[in-house]
Amino acid sequence: MDFIVGGIVKAFHLLLAGDQETYSAVKATIYVSSLSMLASLVLGIPSGFALGYFSFPGKKALRMVVDTLMALPTVFIGLVVYALISSRGPLGSLGILFSLPGIALGQAILALPVVAALSAMSVESLDSRIRHTLMSFGVSRTRLFFTTIREVRFGLLIAALNAYGRVTTEVGISMMVGGNIKWHTRTITTAIALETGKGMFDTGIALGLILLMIAFAVNLSLSFLRKYE
Amino acid sequence: MKPMGILLNALCFMLFATTVFAGETLMMATTTSTDDTGLLNALAPVFAKDTGIELKWTATGTGKALKLGENCDVDVLLVHAPEVEKTFVGNGFGINRKEVMYNDFVIIGPASDTAKIKGKSVMTAFEKIRGAGASFASRGDKSGTHTIELDLWKKTGKPLPEKESWYIQTGQGMLQTIGMAAERKAYTLTDRGTYIKYESDHKGHPPLVILVEGDDVLKNQYSVIEVSGKHCPNVKSALAKSFSDWMVSARTQKLIGDFKLLGKPLFTPNAGK
Repeated sequence: MDFIVGGIVKAFHLLLAGDQETYSAVKATIYVSSLSMLASLVLGIPSGFALGYFSFPGKKALRMVVDTLMALPTVFIGLVVYALISSRGPLGSLGILFSLPGIALGQAILALPVVAALSAMSVESLDSRIRHTLMSFGVSRTRLFFTTIREVRFGLLIAALNAYGRVTTEVGISMMVGGNIKWHTRTITTAIALETGKGMFDTGIALGLILLMIAFAVNLSLSFLRKYE
Repeated sequence: MKPMGILLNALCFMLFATTVFAGETLMMATTTSTDDTGLLNALAPVFAKDTGIELKWTATGTGKALKLGENCDVDVLLVHAPEVEKTFVGNGFGINRKEVMYNDFVIIGPASDTAKIKGKSVMTAFEKIRGAGASFASRGDKSGTHTIELDLWKKTGKPLPEKESWYIQTGQGMLQTIGMAAERKAYTLTDRGTYIKYESDHKGHPPLVILVEGDDVLKNQYSVIEVSGKHCPNVKSALAKSFSDWMVSARTQKLIGDFKLLGKPLFTPNAGK
């Protein structure tokens, strides 16, 4: 099992020596996860908020659908997105198969239900007494709306972090849609899959640790955000 | 789905407009063996220098590689399952199938060799493995290697050992399958190139050794196929043709022959022979 220790040493070696292949995978990972998170937050937070805030017929059923979509398997998303953007698919003209934006599209589909469902949940779990109290003070509907947004901000942060966790760790979409192309669409997770396949277990462990470091950096910066608010 | 696609595309235009469209790139689907052995890493830079074309490739089993060609998602293929390839070309999906190089398959297994197959013919070896119920790892993934393994089982005249408990279908790449075979002390069929790579990963002392080799039925032919421009109007036919021509050129053929690991050549060039 010396490859575990070897992997830890190698992780630092790859980072400090500026290994180009590693940095290319790190860049690809950060690029696709940023793009997919941006898209899923822009679409997911408003729709999730609306889903939790307003009541409308069929709301329960819709919630159930969104909750279920949180369990979408990544290889399945990969396959569906491949079918869509394959050059003979309906979105083939976009030409985004085997590209980073293609992977980001799949990851956005992965993250969207997570963001929407958890946002809706945090709005719903807001103590309804707050709402009643505010209303009894005679605050306007608009004020009430913005107060709710303020109150659920940590819930939204948790939704985003959860989605981020799924996006950076998935391998099925990146492999199927990205094709694991060296210097282009090789992300950290597909690189781990490749190195493991080649029997280079220490490199695989090293890349896994590097991915964890990125996640740590993201969480660290968000925790500062929380402190200074 | 659609608005998201448009949004993403707009974003990618803003962020990537400069890099995505710079230079000519050729997209190839190939098998795991050409990638795992490092052959493509050695050839691609030379190809770029000679032609100015950047070669990108995705390494999968031959089955998926052909499917990617059929779906017009790649421009050119480098694969190794002659019978399936001929059907592919026959169906009008590909053109100009050119044989480029070969290596051979070998049966490897633990040195203890419980089924006593060392030095036997392939048919005898397969019979003995079946008779002894010794573990055998199969790719099980419609790859070139898998296709040939199935052919060999068929030639023994008995039904495929599909459901036998000793027959392990890994569904993974060749090196991964060898790794699994080593863990389970199983026999497996592999191309020699990948095996030499495996040997070199283990510093020349691998847990699995070559037991059967040199049988005529074990030849492993690799070919380049251009995806048909008639079937797929969007493929880069001209670039695919330059790659195909480049692969069979005398200089590249020599490069392939000179590509070695542990001082052993991995592929034998045989274009036009």
